[in-house]
Amino acid sequence: MDGSTPVRLTIDGQEVEAPAGSTIHAACEGAGISTPTLCWAENLTPVNVCRVCVVELEGSRALVPACSRPAEDGMEVRTDTERVRHSRRMVLEFLGSGVDLSQAESLHAWMEHYGADPDRYADEGHPVERISEPVKVQDELYVRDYEKCVLCYKCVEACGDDAQHTYAIAVAGRGFDARISTEFDVALPESACVYCGNCVGVCPTGALQFKTEFDLRQADQWRPEEQTVTRTVCSYCGVGCNLDLHVQDERIVKVTSPSDHSVTSGHLCIKGRFGWEYVHGE
Amino acid sequence: MFGAGGGTSAYEEIHETDVILLWGSNAREAHPIFFHHLMKGLDNGARMFAVDPRLTSSAKFADAWLGLSVGTDVALANAVGREIIRAGLADEAFIARATTGYEAYAANVEPCTLDWAAEVTGVPAAAIADMAHAYATAGKAQILWTLGITEHHNAVDNVVALCNLALLTGHVGRWGSGLVPLRGQNNVQGGGDMGALPDRFPGFQPVDDPAARAKFEAVYGAGLNPVPGKHLTEMFEAMETGDLRACYVIGENPADSDAAVEHARGLLAGLEVLVVQDIFMTRTAEMADVVLPAAVAWAETDGTVTSSERRVQRVRAAVPPPGQARSDIDILGDLARRLGADWGHPSAEDLWDELRSLSPIHAGMPWDRLEDGGLQWPCPSEDHPGSPFLHGWLWADDLEGRDPAPFSAVQQQWPAEELTEEFPLRLTTGRALDSYNTGVQSGGYDSPIRYGHAIDVNPGDAGALGVADGERVLVSSPRGSVEMEVRVQPDIPAGLAFTTFHFPELVDINVLTNDAWDPRSGTSEFKAASIRISKLEPAYG
Repeated sequence: MDGSTPVRLTIDGQEVEAPAGSTIHAACEGAGISTPTLCWAENLTPVNVCRVCVVELEGSRALVPACSRPAEDGMEVRTDTERVRHSRRMVLEFLGSGVDLSQAESLHAWMEHYGADPDRYADEGHPVERISEPVKVQDELYVRDYEKCVLCYKCVEACGDDAQHTYAIAVAGRGFDARISTEFDVALPESACVYCGNCVGVCPTGALQFKTEFDLRQADQWRPEEQTVTRTVCSYCGVGCNLDLHVQDERIVKVTSPSDHSVTSGHLCIKGRFGWEYVHGE
Repeated sequence: MFGAGGGTSAYEEIHETDVILLWGSNAREAHPIFFHHLMKGLDNGARMFAVDPRLTSSAKFADAWLGLSVGTDVALANAVGREIIRAGLADEAFIARATTGYEAYAANVEPCTLDWAAEVTGVPAAAIADMAHAYATAGKAQILWTLGITEHHNAVDNVVALCNLALLTGHVGRWGSGLVPLRGQNNVQGGGDMGALPDRFPGFQPVDDPAARAKFEAVYGAGLNPVPGKHLTEMFEAMETGDLRACYVIGENPADSDAAVEHARGLLAGLEVLVVQDIFMTRTAEMADVVLPAAVAWAETDGTVTSSERRVQRVRAAVPPPGQARSDIDILGDLARRLGADWGHPSAEDLWDELRSLSPIHAGMPWDRLEDGGLQWPCPSEDHPGSPFLHGWLWADDLEGRDPAPFSAVQQQWPAEELTEEFPLRLTTGRALDSYNTGVQSGGYDSPIRYGHAIDVNPGDAGALGVADGERVLVSSPRGSVEMEVRVQPDIPAGLAFTTFHFPELVDINVLTNDAWDPRSGTSEFKAASIRISKLEPAYG
């Protein structure tokens, strides 16, 4: 079979052609139909855990995750049926009823769109039970705030096979006690962590946060609307990683890398991610 | 290599290669994001052989670690070549069409049997044979190296010994196969491309070529010196003889970074004039008569840098420079005016366009084409897509009219400094993941994994010396002594010691290193000094 032959499918009644190997999500994007995602990222392998991207597929009893299901010839996909809307709304509500989604900015518009209200599960005298524990601040590079963690696994993927191959973190515990953890829950500097910050780079909820951003937020000085983003190249080794410098008040406050760049795929090392402070030194 | 100073392959080619020889490179720490690409290759099924005196964090991902003795790379490469020939695995058609000097090469490696090489290098004969067969029979194969190859007094021999293997097997000039020197600084490739070499104009055009010189003279409006200049090591020699009496140092810290650094500092101190242009008051700047404060090139000015895959990319100003710091272009322009040449006030793009008019490999790269992701040279015209890999001409029947690539017959030479009873341990230096060179930049952030001011030794050697992990010791070479902490490391072979060079303010490690150098590359032998470790006298009192 010629792997380059495009697939043809129907999405919301619209005939859509997508490159061979596309997911339903990619086919939707190509057709201008946007889909909420949380555990999906273009530089990670889909892990299918959040279910916020589900769509209805003709002939399939269950809803299917758009982020990982390959598009096939002749598929009939519906993204805006009552069943899909209901499911997406409840997924968002369940996520929001367990953790703090206040910094999960990519989800806010979708929560509004689907009318998701995590607090509707509360009874009088029985507020929803959210994870509540102090932020872990163990060094000057990044912090871990488990109150915001939805266990989307993106950090685990970025630390593991999808980029860094360090495997410093995994999910430990079950149910309400499940947490992303280092081996034996040791402190980060004692773990296998190499501080590339690629976990922080992919975190969608602010559970993992650069210390610079965390400190500014604590001081109520984090003003993303005033920040500029300038693309440049890292000053260290000769690999040529692209850096996006996020600048506020003429100071670098955060460094990321574009996930569609051929050199980095959005991932950096400790020097590129954190080694910029000398620009403002002395 | 073969006429162009750059790595042959695009990073993404390694995703699809079958065999990787990682030779004298700890890419996982020194080039971490390239190592992501390499891991994609391993995840896709490539086999990797790591050739390194240390069992590095990179070598731990390899199928086999070939832990050779420091400075025996040529012996190992020649034995690999001999085994490929002996087993009938050489690509005879490629050799006949695209190379010269094969007979002399084959005769030169003939004595380099597996058993001989095992004796010389310490690598088991079976492992050498396995690597030779895997490399020669692979559909696609790459050799990657860094300073483990080039920081030796016979650096050029080491490089050509590896190039020979690619010529023997045809593993160059096509997608997925190649010779990849990973560059250590963000623009060391670009610096060379721009003519910051003693014998080249931009685009690697020789200064002693009258046609090239005439072209540059016409655009620059000035006569140009036809005599190749001096590289760094020769400059220090010229300081010693008094032929070089003034130095203008831009963005380099030789008073910390040079081998046998006490000697280098003495020579810098003896200059009549030392001008330093830098973003920091480095140790070299502290010695200067004039310091010109510069802006941070990658965050405070516009321009380009070129990476290890020859990718030219834009750097952009994101923040203003502090105080009186100014861009390098401004400083040089003002200096030229004081010297009587008015160059106006060109922008980075103006200078880039001038460069494009003079350097054919950059001609097709206007600023707007570099906006998004950059382009790989050579890119001779504006409709050219750039070149992921070099030397495709080796596979053309007529070699596109070029001269065939030459084999080089090179022989094993030992490190310049032999081990002696007085200095019985081999010291080699290298990088750690979170730090960089003399620490001028990487010292600016708090790394939780920084350990760097220690000397790594094998547990057996530590036991024999009677020193414990964490103990402070005196480390001496024929050039001097420093005090530092011992880190007992099972990954370090017996007889070897390793340390980084990122913390000159804590441990002045280049007091120890050897400034014996390769006259062809000008690189000092940072990778092989002879040392002694002694216990410090207990403090009484």
